[in-house]
Amino acid sequence: MTAPLAAAALKDRYQLAIVGAGPAGLAAATLAAEKGIDTVLFDEQPMPGGQIYRSVGKSPVRDRAILGEDYWKGGALVDAFQASRAAYVPNATVWQLAPDREIGVSVGGAARLVRADRVILATGAMERPMPIPGWTLPGVMTAGAGQILLKSMAMVPSGRIVIAGLGPLLYLIAWQYLRAGVKIDAILETTPRGNRWGAAAHLPAFLLSPYFAKGRKLLSEVRRRVRVVGMVEDIRADGGDKLQSVTWARGAERETIPADLLLLHQGVVPNVNLAMAAGCAHEWDAVQLCFNPVLDAFGESSIPGIAIAGDGAGIGGAESAAHRGRLAAIAAARALGAVDATTFGWEAPRHQGQLARTMRGRAFLDALFRPPHSFRVPTGDTVVCRCEEVTAADVVDAVAKGCPGPNQMKALLRSGMGPCQGRMCGLTVTETIAAARNRTPAEIGYYRLRAPVKPITLAELANLPASPEAVAAVVR
Amino acid sequence: MFRRLPDGAQSLVTVTVDGRAVRVPAGEMAAGALYEAGLIACRTTPVKGKPRGPWCMMGVCFDCLVVIDGMPNRQACLTPVAEGMRIERQDGARTIAPMEIEA
Amino acid sequence: MTPGYDVACIGGGLVGAAVAYGLQREGARVALLDQGDVAYRASRGNFGLVWVQSKGLGMPEYAAWTKRSSDSWAGLQAMLREETGIDASFERPGGLHICLSEAELQARVDQLKRLHNQRDMVQYDWQALDRKQTAALAPGLGPDVAGATFCPIDGHANPLKLLRALHTAIQRRGGDYLSEHAAQRIEKAGDVFRIATSGGTVEAAKVVLTAGVMNATLAAMVGLRAPVRPQRGQILVSERVKPFLNLPISTIRQTNEGSVMFGDSLEETGFDDSQGAGVMATLASRAHRIFPFLGQVRIVRAWAALRVMSLDGFPVYEQSESHPGAYLATCHSGVTLAAGHALHLAPMIAKGALAPSMSVFSARRFDVPAAA
Repeated sequence: MTAPLAAAALKDRYQLAIVGAGPAGLAAATLAAEKGIDTVLFDEQPMPGGQIYRSVGKSPVRDRAILGEDYWKGGALVDAFQASRAAYVPNATVWQLAPDREIGVSVGGAARLVRADRVILATGAMERPMPIPGWTLPGVMTAGAGQILLKSMAMVPSGRIVIAGLGPLLYLIAWQYLRAGVKIDAILETTPRGNRWGAAAHLPAFLLSPYFAKGRKLLSEVRRRVRVVGMVEDIRADGGDKLQSVTWARGAERETIPADLLLLHQGVVPNVNLAMAAGCAHEWDAVQLCFNPVLDAFGESSIPGIAIAGDGAGIGGAESAAHRGRLAAIAAARALGAVDATTFGWEAPRHQGQLARTMRGRAFLDALFRPPHSFRVPTGDTVVCRCEEVTAADVVDAVAKGCPGPNQMKALLRSGMGPCQGRMCGLTVTETIAAARNRTPAEIGYYRLRAPVKPITLAELANLPASPEAVAAVVR
Repeated sequence: MFRRLPDGAQSLVTVTVDGRAVRVPAGEMAAGALYEAGLIACRTTPVKGKPRGPWCMMGVCFDCLVVIDGMPNRQACLTPVAEGMRIERQDGARTIAPMEIEA
Repeated sequence: MTPGYDVACIGGGLVGAAVAYGLQREGARVALLDQGDVAYRASRGNFGLVWVQSKGLGMPEYAAWTKRSSDSWAGLQAMLREETGIDASFERPGGLHICLSEAELQARVDQLKRLHNQRDMVQYDWQALDRKQTAALAPGLGPDVAGATFCPIDGHANPLKLLRALHTAIQRRGGDYLSEHAAQRIEKAGDVFRIATSGGTVEAAKVVLTAGVMNATLAAMVGLRAPVRPQRGQILVSERVKPFLNLPISTIRQTNEGSVMFGDSLEETGFDDSQGAGVMATLASRAHRIFPFLGQVRIVRAWAALRVMSLDGFPVYEQSESHPGAYLATCHSGVTLAAGHALHLAPMIAKGALAPSMSVFSARRFDVPAAA
C-alpha cells in the first residue's frame, strides 16, 4: 500500500473506487488489488477499521481482554489491506457519487472529482434512532458512542450509568465496561415478550451459528453482575441542561433512576445517504424495519457499475461484511476483465458460501431484537428531527392537514434539512407518517437525498473544475 | 462524565477547552478533550437554544459541533487534536464576519 | 366522488395555493388538488426573491404586474400572519444585482435602461452603483466586484413558509387540500367540470390550471394552450449563520433561518432534475468571488428543481372560450407574484372574467401571425 494520499496526489481516474474502510471495504480493496485492479479506498477516519474495528491498529486500550477477541480479529483485515497495493485515502469525505460514477471527495480541505470504472460503497451502518422523551439531553448518547470512546480513547464513564434498548451491542458494551471495572446501575431491556415467539422459528439455525456460543457467554456474565429490567415499555430521560434521571415503566410499574449517562441502542441500520443520493434503488424491509438497497447476488445496485457491500447492503455483522466485500470485488474484477470466467466461476461461490455461513443465525437476531413500535414512533413533544428540533406532534399535525409523505414534510417543517441530512430522523419520520396515515413505510417512502451528502465549504466547491456548458448555465 | 483507563505512556499534547488547558493523547479526536475538560454539553442549538452534547461519536449526528481554532461547526468526533488547538463551545448558529480578504 | 366545489385549482404549489386563497377571500368554496409526495414541485426549489428590477424587457405589462404584486406583498403577509400565525418572512430592503467586471456592469446598466425606456413602462427607482457604493450596502466584497444595480423595491421571502401559510389558511377557511389527487382528465358536463384524478373524481363549477409543467398536457383538455417547458435550476444552501447580510442579492440571500442560499443556473435538460458538480462549482465560484469571506461557510444541501418556463419567459394567464369557467395561470416567479395571484388575479377569476389588461398574457401571443 502506498502512503496515505493527499488530494493533490489523487489521480483523475481509477478502475475501482471503494468508499469506507470497515471490514467490507478493506476486504474488497485487498482482493481487488490482488487481482491487479487499480484500486483506491476512501475513508472518513484517520485509520482503517470502520466503526466496528475502530482504532484496531492503535487502540490505547492495553488490556486485550476488555474489548474481546472478535475486535482484535479486525487487525488481520487491516494488515492484509496495508500489505496490498491499493491506494488509501484517509480523512476523506465523499460528498458526491453521481450515477456516472464521478466521485466528489474532500481531503484535507481540498475537493477533487475522481472518476471510477466501478464503485463499491462500503459505508456501513449507523445506529437506529431511538427517540425517547429527553433523548437530546447532554448525557444521553448511543451505546456505539460509548464503545467508540472506549476503543479509540480508552475512556469509560464515571458516575451513574444506565444502558437501555435492545440488541447484541447492548450486552457487548455492558460486558466491555464490566471488564474495564465500570459499575453499571441498570440495563433496561425493551425486547418485548412477543419477540421470543417470532424468533423461535429461527432458533435452530441460530444454535448452529457462530453467534450462539458467543452471545450466551456474554449474556450470562452480564446478567450475573448487573441489574437487568426486562420488557420495559416506556423510557424517558429527564434533566434541565443535562441528564439527571431515567424513568422506566412496565405495565403498572414505574421507577426513576438518577443517572449521569444513558446509553441507548436499538440495533443498527444501513447508512443510506450516499447510495440513495447516487440514485440506487432501496426498498423497505419489513423484517429489519429499514430501507435496504436493491442488489443482485454480487451486490450490484440498480445503477450499473455501483455495488454496495457490508452492513450498508443489509445488516449482517462484521464477518458477513468482509465476505460481501470480497463478492463485490470479484464481480468488479470480472466486469473489468481482471479475472476470467473460470476464475470467477470457482472463487465467487466460495465467498457466497462463506457469506451464507456467517448469515446463518441473523434471522434469529433480527426477529428477537426487532425494536418495538412505540420506540420507533414517538409521540407528543418528543423530538423527531434533532437538527431542526421538529417534534412528533408537529409531524402528526402536518399529516392531519394533508401532508402525504416525508418530502412534503421536509418542505413544511424543515425536518431532514439540517446538517445530518435526515440520518437521525429519516426512519422515524417515515414510520410516524405511515402510522398516522395507516399505510406501510414502503408506501410512504423516504426523503429524497442529494449531494452533498456531507457538508463541503464554498471555497472547496468553488475550486472544482467546471465544463464550458456548466459555466454558461450560470454566467449569463 | 468520562474518565481515562490507565493507558501507559502515550505522547500527550496540550489543547484548550473554553480557555482551560487540558492534556490529551496526540491524534485523539477533539471530543476526548471535551470530556477531559469535564464538559457534557458542547453547544446550544440554533433553533431553540437547547444544550447538546455528542450523540453518535462517528460523524453522522452533527450534534458535537464546536469551534476549533476559530472555525465553527466542526465535528469534534472527527477532528484530531494538535498541540495548541483551541476548542470552544458553540452558541447557536455560527457567526461570520464580512471582511475584505486580500486576493 | 367529492361534493361539488365552486373552484378546483389543479396544482397545490405557490401559484395554485395563492389563487385558491384569493378565491376563498372572494367567498368561493375551493379544492386544491395536488400530486403525492414525489412530484416535480417547482415551488419547493424556489430561491425566494420578490424581485422587480430587470423584469419586463419585451413586455412592460409584466413589469407593472410584478411591481403591483411586490407592492401588495406586505399586505398578503399580514393577512396570512393574522389568519395562521405563520410569518412568510417578507422583507423589502431593496436588492442588488452584483457584476463581476466593468463589461458586465455596463451590459447590465444598458439592459435596465432599455427596460425603462420602453413605452408604457411603469416607473420606479433604480440606480447603478460603483464598487464603493455597493460595498456600503454589502460589506466584504471581493476584488472582482465592479459594481451593481440597486432597486429599492426589491426584496425576498421564505417560499416554504409562504406555501405553508397559504395551505394552512386555505384549510382554516374550509377549503379542501386533496393530496394524491393527480389530475388525469378534465371534462365539462353541462355547467360542471369533472376532474378524474388518481384519488377519485372531483367536481367544480370552475377549474384553474396551476399545475406547473403538467399544465402543458392538461390545458388542451379545456381548450387552452400552455406552452411551457421545464428549465432546470440548481441552488446551494449553507449551514445556518448568524445574520450578516441585510439585503438580498439576485444570486445570494440569507434566509430568516440564517442559512445562505446561492443560485442559480439555467439549464435546458427537459425533465432531468439531477445535479451536476460543474454547475455547483460555478455557482460556488461566483459567490466566492462576490464574497471571498464566505469561502469557509459550508454547503449542507443543494438541489436541482424545474422552473416552469413559457416560450418568452412571461406568465400565461388565460380563460377558456371553448370551456367557459376554465382558467390557466402559469409563471416561473411564484413567490414574487404570490400577492398578485391572491389579491388581483383571483378576484378576476371569481368574477368570471380576466380584466382586459390581462389579455397581453394570453397564450395567443405565441401564435405565429398568418403570412401576409
